[in-house]
Amino acid sequence: MELTNYLVLAAVLFTIGATTVLLRRNAIIVFMGIELMLNATNLTFVTFARMHGDLHGQVIAFFVMVVAAAEVVVGLAIIVAIFRTRRSASVDDVNLLKN
Amino acid sequence: MTASGGEAVLFWVLAPLMVLAALGLLFARKAVHAAICVVFVMISLAILYIAQEAAFLGVVQIVVYTGAVMMLFLFVLMLVGVDASDSLVETIRGQRFVGILLGLGLGAVLVGVIAQATFPPSVGLTVANAETNPVALARILFADYVFALEVVGILLVTAAIAALVLTHRRRLVPRVGQRQVSDAKVAALAEGGLLTPLPAPGVYAQNNAMDTPALDPQGRPIEHSVSRILRIRGQERSAGAILAQERAVLVEHEPELATRRFPELSAASDEEAAADLSGGSTAPAPEPGAFATDTTARSTGSTTEPPGPPGPTVGPTSEPVKES
Repeated sequence: MELTNYLVLAAVLFTIGATTVLLRRNAIIVFMGIELMLNATNLTFVTFARMHGDLHGQVIAFFVMVVAAAEVVVGLAIIVAIFRTRRSASVDDVNLLKN
Repeated sequence: MTASGGEAVLFWVLAPLMVLAALGLLFARKAVHAAICVVFVMISLAILYIAQEAAFLGVVQIVVYTGAVMMLFLFVLMLVGVDASDSLVETIRGQRFVGILLGLGLGAVLVGVIAQATFPPSVGLTVANAETNPVALARILFADYVFALEVVGILLVTAAIAALVLTHRRRLVPRVGQRQVSDAKVAALAEGGLLTPLPAPGVYAQNNAMDTPALDPQGRPIEHSVSRILRIRGQERSAGAILAQERAVLVEHEPELATRRFPELSAASDEEAAADLSGGSTAPAPEPGAFATDTTARSTGSTTEPPGPPGPTVGPTSEPVKES
């Protein structure tokens, strides 16, 4: 089995995550789509690290994880704040700046 | 370098399941199901990391992603409402079509690029991981990336404070404490308020159901001891009704006990039963042969009149109608 299989798997997961962000309306599901994309990129980093015999790729994947954790905290806090004022977690309802 | 046979089996078992779970995120109606699907994807990714000689990242993946991030997602889902599902109304015309098109296009481009690209021969991490994977990672992390590590630490602290600030709610009305409640009760005393808590319902010796009013020292029912909701619905029962029901059950199942406990019953209900029979009784037919005629008359008598004849035990409860 070639290591490129991992890359193809990562590409497929990234695509599904991106499509989730484009198609779903529930803000939490959209957020999970973003997480899926980040995880797919991590898989790519890890695979390339192994391919090149260089651990820097794994370090970058580690940093991606840390930043993703911080991003999740802030993003979910925003979702909760919006839910409190608008009673909705749908991204369609966040249109106060429209018009 | 190609992966070993065992790794190939692992990959081909996990990869289709992971893609299926990811599609579950895309298509699941309920957000909780989507979250569970993502948890599966992340655990599988951790296994793949460990298989790819990234043991440290595999553990971090499980601890940080499935352990912290996804649990945070589930908590927020519970906060927002587990049943929160998507609306199927398209607010932007053709958004779904364009979204699917873009997704397919992106997938085609990515997979096409990977298929076209020429990768260098794989080296493998046996040399780099010579002194175990975490140690090798730490050497890079704390040498080349010290500054980035510090910045990331600041970022995490900022994120934690940001979450606190964002979800903090300012109090809009003054806090109602114990003192304020007692003051309000004393102030309401002039308008017929109560200082004490409302009495609990149903403290008859034979019945403590929610729907029966409590009795005051004079034996009169206290109306407001029954829940306001039950009173509005008209579901509260008087003591007489309960006694009648009890009596009906007793007469039906334990005739001897009933005659012993309600000796006044036979005389009163005989007349009523006679009246019922003459006026075409709709009461259920008594069981054949099991009871004497006296008993059947009693059972029909007690089931047809719901409030029940005021016996000596219920005497006080029927009083207040006259008094008030």
